[in-house]
Amino acid sequence: MKKDILKHELVPDHVILSKSEATKTLKKMDIHPEQLPRIKSDDPVSKAIGAKEGDVLEITRKSSTAGKFVTYRLVQD
Amino acid sequence: MIEKVTKVVKKKRAKFTESLIHEIAQAAQRHDLDDDELDELVKRVKKAYERAKIEAGEAVGTVAAQSVGEPGTQMTMRTFHYAGVAELNVTLGLPRLIEIVDARKKISTPTMAIFFEDEYRNDEEFVRTIANQIGKSTMNDILQDFHINYAENNVVAELNMEKIADKRLNFDDIINRVEKAFKKVQIDNNLLSFEPAKSSIRELRLLADKVRDLQISGVKNIGRVVIRKEEEEWVIHTEGSNLGAVLKMEGVDKVRTTTNDIHEVEKVLGVEAARNAIIHEAQRTMDEQGLTVDVRHIMLVADMMTADGSVKSIGRHGISGEKASVLARASFEETGKHLLRASIRGEIDHLTGIIENIIIGQPIPLGTGSVGVVMKQK
Repeated sequence: MKKDILKHELVPDHVILSKSEATKTLKKMDIHPEQLPRIKSDDPVSKAIGAKEGDVLEITRKSSTAGKFVTYRLVQD
Repeated sequence: MIEKVTKVVKKKRAKFTESLIHEIAQAAQRHDLDDDELDELVKRVKKAYERAKIEAGEAVGTVAAQSVGEPGTQMTMRTFHYAGVAELNVTLGLPRLIEIVDARKKISTPTMAIFFEDEYRNDEEFVRTIANQIGKSTMNDILQDFHINYAENNVVAELNMEKIADKRLNFDDIINRVEKAFKKVQIDNNLLSFEPAKSSIRELRLLADKVRDLQISGVKNIGRVVIRKEEEEWVIHTEGSNLGAVLKMEGVDKVRTTTNDIHEVEKVLGVEAARNAIIHEAQRTMDEQGLTVDVRHIMLVADMMTADGSVKSIGRHGISGEKASVLARASFEETGKHLLRASIRGEIDHLTGIIENIIIGQPIPLGTGSVGVVMKQK
């Protein structure tokens, strides 16, 4: 059941970035992690993929304008 | 072809979106372009793309507000839409749009569309069984005969086995529910007789109503269900919504089954799904009224509403009420409250927003006004 929600059409792909990947992407965007939009650590998706507080999630959305759009969210309590 | 275009785009140092690359690839194929022509095409598309991009400092929020607001004035004030054959009514039009933007906890007409997995999609029998498990039914729906016996001081109910079979209910389950709900009950096959706790006519009549209203099946928060055949498959539409419980049911499509309750989507599927639900619902509401708003405006609204990890309303209790600047909050609503609180707490206004700077008469940080001068530190 936990994993089932990840298949739902409303839920885009969430991937936990490793520490080095996270620093790299943040540096590329020239921002601090606090400037990212948030996702709660008790969000159903955070729980399903096992994200911890402080992790940066890479979210690949299906977009009707761009086709594919990559964005990031910071996990927080 | 797509790989080739991707390579050319990379060479020209353009950052194109996936759909744009696909479009270029299609055009190149259609017109049978050679490498030089493709280069030229990408170069020109890049130029047009850069020009079309929103510039830094553009007031996108204001543009979005106006772009959603103007068609909003043309919406019918109060409309009810009948989904299909005049059975379920769903709030649409302006009231629905307000509901979405206000992020109401209790929406006026929650409804679900339940789809089924491949193997059950055309299995009418299975769909009807599920529909009866989801939809609410009471004792009253399966009675053959029902009467109050004043002489013997009891209520006699005779169950109609045909109706039970028609509703695909399990007889034993019903008996279990009855036994759980009523202490003094005698069961003789499909003949049930109930006795009141105290013997008085009033008690007896109250008991009769209770027996008739006993819920024997259904998922919490869901009322009536409508089964319909849509494009070669069976779909259940419900009045009321409970996404969590329905998604756990066997045979239900866990990919497409949805609800129009955004808070429920957030609870079951997370913020990102809620963001998609907001966009989808808002756009559907506009489309239904024959109005077209560019999705990007709605996307911006949805992004703002979900930026802090939960669905927040636009307005006093949400985005506008949480602005950092005291002056910006005070100029929106509840002026006295904000000024008083700010003075008690000793809040500082950094004057970084638009409203604050208009109030004190400075140039606003928008467009060319958003750049400043910084001295080089030695």
